[in-house]
Amino acid sequence: MTNDVSQGPTPEEGQDLLISQRRYRKMRIAAVLSVSVVAVVPLLIMTGVNAYQYQQALRTEVTSPLVRFAANGKQSLESFLSERLSALAMVVRERSYEELRDSRQLNRVLVNLRQAFGGFVDLGVIDEQGVQVSYAGPYELEGRSYSEYNWFHEVGMRGLYVSEVFMGYRNVPHFVIAIRQSTGAGSEFVLRATIDTDVINTLVGSLAVHRSGDAFIVNRENILQTASRLYGDVLERCPLPPFPFSTQAELIEVEDESGESLIASYAQIPRSPFTLVLLSPRGELHAGWLSLRQDVLIFLAISVLLILGVVIGGSTYVVNRAREADLKRAALYHKMEYTNKMAAIGRLGAGVAHEINNPLAIITEKAGLLQDLIMLSEEMPPKDKLMGLVNSVLKSADRCGGITHRLLGFAKHMEVQRETIDLDVLLQEVLGFLEKEAAYRNIQVDLDFPEEPPAVVSDRGQLQQVFLNIVNNAFAAVDDGGHIHIGIREVGSGAVTVTIADDGVGIPEDSLSRIFDPFFTTKKGAGTGLGLSITYGIVQKLGGQISVESKVGEGTCFTVTLPTGQAFP
Amino acid sequence: MEAEALRVLIVDDEEELVSAVEERLNLRGFQATGVTTGTEAMEYLADRPCDVVLLDVKMPGVGGLEVIKRIKEEHPGVEVILLTGHGSAQDADRGMQLGAFDYVMKPVKIDVLVRLLISAAERKAKGEA
Repeated sequence: MTNDVSQGPTPEEGQDLLISQRRYRKMRIAAVLSVSVVAVVPLLIMTGVNAYQYQQALRTEVTSPLVRFAANGKQSLESFLSERLSALAMVVRERSYEELRDSRQLNRVLVNLRQAFGGFVDLGVIDEQGVQVSYAGPYELEGRSYSEYNWFHEVGMRGLYVSEVFMGYRNVPHFVIAIRQSTGAGSEFVLRATIDTDVINTLVGSLAVHRSGDAFIVNRENILQTASRLYGDVLERCPLPPFPFSTQAELIEVEDESGESLIASYAQIPRSPFTLVLLSPRGELHAGWLSLRQDVLIFLAISVLLILGVVIGGSTYVVNRAREADLKRAALYHKMEYTNKMAAIGRLGAGVAHEINNPLAIITEKAGLLQDLIMLSEEMPPKDKLMGLVNSVLKSADRCGGITHRLLGFAKHMEVQRETIDLDVLLQEVLGFLEKEAAYRNIQVDLDFPEEPPAVVSDRGQLQQVFLNIVNNAFAAVDDGGHIHIGIREVGSGAVTVTIADDGVGIPEDSLSRIFDPFFTTKKGAGTGLGLSITYGIVQKLGGQISVESKVGEGTCFTVTLPTGQAFP
Repeated sequence: MEAEALRVLIVDDEEELVSAVEERLNLRGFQATGVTTGTEAMEYLADRPCDVVLLDVKMPGVGGLEVIKRIKEEHPGVEVILLTGHGSAQDADRGMQLGAFDYVMKPVKIDVLVRLLISAAERKAKGEA
């Protein structure tokens, strides 16, 4: 016993641990999951949203100058062309066909145009038949016929013409603008000017946005009209797919033949075959984004890992603490239960000691008498007299033995074990301890047991404690000469009730709801307030129920309902 | 002392104890009688003279304390020595208040009991004188 107390009782600990570990593992997983989701999901969403916004901003930052430059470039080129076309238009309005047919006059016009606008290489006047009737410029082209040339027919049709870039006789890239005008004598002529592409080259070259970018002009057949950094020289073929028609600056993503992805901004120059194209490699656009994305991903990964680490660590710590606390509480509860039982046994012990005292007194007196007879009588006392005394001694010793045996039997049932128990026998055992007290105090204990009381499968030691606590309380509640009624009844199938009723002082109504609370006691100074709370706990653990009814001055009735069958938890 | 044997009444619910003590006291020259209930004791005292009553405190029915109260009321000259068990110190105190000569705890050594009986009888004699 002493050993048990110092080590603390460990009933059911193995089972508790098994249940606990599963329960706490679940608890931990739930905690980790919920906290992780709550912590990580907003982080992921925020990072995603930020990254998207940043990507958009970055894109705008890269693409908007591209579009702006394309629009500006288109504007400049359009102005360049229309200025020169207007100049030609002015020339043919101001000067008559006859004046222009004069090469000297035409030369003066060319000089003026060169001074005013620049870019003019030569001027030529072509009559209706396509023959160049006068020419001003560095070459000897007078008399040359253009009647077979497409451009001549086109200017005849539209009145205005801007050619594609070509090498021509001079083997330098240039293009031609031409305008048709009436001679005033019923026929028409064409004023044709060759424009140097240098000005355009300079203009376009200045438009490249990035060092790795490109800017050039293509015609409708995707032939380069100015040199391209990426795709070669003038009149080479641009490997990009054809650009859809648009006079507004448009932004598209294209892929060239080498598979490189590019961002292109383009715009068609009105009244010309030219399309201005500005290119920026996608990598340029992505370089910033990629490095940002890498930073973001690293940051995100570290954050998530940190959060998960903290969450797992924290959850484990908290759950472990909870488990420790639970185990400690369970151990404390077991210890309390044990202490309570030992206290109950201690109370019984006093009664038992008194009970033992009686047979002990008889033994002392009988043995003393035996001694007297031997010492004081002169002759040997008769044999049957001696035998009678010895038998008395033996009988009393047996009585002592019975009492101690009963007490030991009561104290030893500490481990939870299921067995089939006859409730009437168990109640008789419990009452055995209080028999003498009942006799001395004239307390009448009525037993109302059925002929064949139902057996229950339960824990003997725990049930003994339950009934001992309740019956002890009943004894404390009644006055000398009081009544206690104990009944066993089978209710329905699978349950049996034990009622312990007394006609004692009763419990006030306001205390009634609290009597199963730990440390609540009505026995001022005499009780620990644990008895009924522990009784309640044990009954619950055995799968039963306990209830109480009481009226002050009339008595108290405890009802314990127990499952009969195998419904042991 | 020798000429007049002390009359002792033993009251205890254990018959075996009563008979043994009775016989042992008789062997020592007392005139002892034993009864097993409080009621019997009162009946006995009503008819016969007695010097000292040896009285068990805890008895079913009429308890020892009730008996001593009645003895002191009805036979104030009779001295009472209480026999008590473990854990009944309160009863012993109560008995002393009610006028017991002394109390002894069971089991009792016969020599101690004899000395107590003689002392009680001496006080009774003094009281009568």
